[in-house]
Amino acid sequence: MTPKERVAAVDGWFTLDDADPRLLGNRCTRCGSYFFPKASGFCRNPACDGTDFEEVPLSNRGSVWSFTTNHYAPPAPYVAADPFEPFSVAAVELPREKMVVLGQVADGVDPGSLRVGDEVELVLGTLFEDDDHEYVVWKWKPTEGARSDG
Amino acid sequence: MGDHDVAVLGVGMHPWGKWGRNFVEYGIAAARAALEDAGLEWDDIQFVSGADTIRNGYPGYVSGATFAQALGWQGAPVASSYAACASGATALNAARAQILAGLCDVALVVGADTTPKGFLAPTAGERGDDPDWLRFRLLGATNPTYFALYARRRMELFGATPSDFAKVKVKNAAHGLANPNARYRKAVTEDEVMSSPVVAEPLRLLDICATSDGAAAVVVSSLEYARTRGTTGPVRVAAVSTVTPSFPNRVIEMPEFATDSAAAMPAGPVTFRDVIAQRAYAEAGLGPDDLDVAEVYDLSTALELDWYENIGLCGPGEAEKLVHDGATTVGGRIPVNPSGGLACFGEAVPAQALAQVCEIAWQLRGEAGERQVDGANVGLTVNQGLFGHGSSVILVR
Repeated sequence: MTPKERVAAVDGWFTLDDADPRLLGNRCTRCGSYFFPKASGFCRNPACDGTDFEEVPLSNRGSVWSFTTNHYAPPAPYVAADPFEPFSVAAVELPREKMVVLGQVADGVDPGSLRVGDEVELVLGTLFEDDDHEYVVWKWKPTEGARSDG
Repeated sequence: MGDHDVAVLGVGMHPWGKWGRNFVEYGIAAARAALEDAGLEWDDIQFVSGADTIRNGYPGYVSGATFAQALGWQGAPVASSYAACASGATALNAARAQILAGLCDVALVVGADTTPKGFLAPTAGERGDDPDWLRFRLLGATNPTYFALYARRRMELFGATPSDFAKVKVKNAAHGLANPNARYRKAVTEDEVMSSPVVAEPLRLLDICATSDGAAAVVVSSLEYARTRGTTGPVRVAAVSTVTPSFPNRVIEMPEFATDSAAAMPAGPVTFRDVIAQRAYAEAGLGPDDLDVAEVYDLSTALELDWYENIGLCGPGEAEKLVHDGATTVGGRIPVNPSGGLACFGEAVPAQALAQVCEIAWQLRGEAGERQVDGANVGLTVNQGLFGHGSSVILVR
């Protein structure tokens, strides 16, 4: 049986690099504001008239702003596992970009162990699978020693 | 009396529920009730302002015309507004602007919806450039997911507990018992809330509002028109705030994947939700201390607590004390959601901001029956629609 092909669940939003996955945002070359997903055309900073953006990999670590665990299967176009397994979503504050980015929490993380302020890092994980493909998405995972609570 | 005041001549609603009938049917019932309340005929209306629904096909996107046709074409100009949960306020503001510009004397504002069961989902189709479609696809982030992020944040910042959240539901359920337009009219205990199924941790089923069918309508006019009809001391719209956020917005909002970045421009000290009410207060020349009653958008119990602070009823972290002390219960210092709120109605998106206006109008007229707030002369509504829509209306008498 041939292994399933791993493909990004969305094109151009992150690098498909297991060793060092990064979200791909962009930055206004005039004012330096970051955007994720990428902005185009016109800078959204009202004090800036920039129109050029450079793609930038976003910080791969941040701190948890908030989090939750969904106990009901979301409606389509979400492709829920059958049987449905609860999954967690975290909002993570990136220090350099000074922005909060959402992502699912990596599989296997006990949501009861999460706290606001914990350090997390970006990893890749499975969003859903079909017969031929594994669709991959970015996820947040607590770093080793994210919190010194013993 | 403010230069920008318009009169509320009539209000009306179709009760909230879940029947799956055509939204136009509900809208017409609400419109007729508002016209009757105003003592006007449909033929008297000079402008029709519809609040759109995106879940009911083309007629929902042109709701002003849809309602006008259903009531019988009589030639009045129409407008149709969509601003998600804030649609009703946007439609009201469109009517107000026509009146204040002298383009018409009297207008009818209508919002109605029929909603499917379960989570509100994005509109159909494969739409990889629509953040509302993508947040479901890539994150499985439902509306309650976002509500839960705010609730958890409140717990971490202020030490709020699920028991605090449950108390909001208990209060609103008690308020809604006597409201004939409410869908849920049943007392609820704190235990019942806290033993209901978890939807999005820490929020449970009874912390989160349902989705409903329903309709609300308002007839507004110039003060001069009200005078010539012999209406004395009408309820007046003193402010309508339909603000958008200011860059950089630092709170994650539906349906976004990320906030704005504050790397180039620092964020201001107030949040978007604070500004929604502040703009209304500024326009009305009033402040939180002037309020007698408020209707706030309790999509979740925890969010009602956030609103107390956003509209200035108390400082950050003090909302739990207000609900504990009964200050926001009818009979308390500043009753909130005497209608029973979304907790008792469920959300009928384009009708909901208008339903808030209907409730405040009844309160200010002293016609709210068992849920009446004594001596209510100033009331505020507040709500927020996804994609950056603020909504706040101040009514005075």
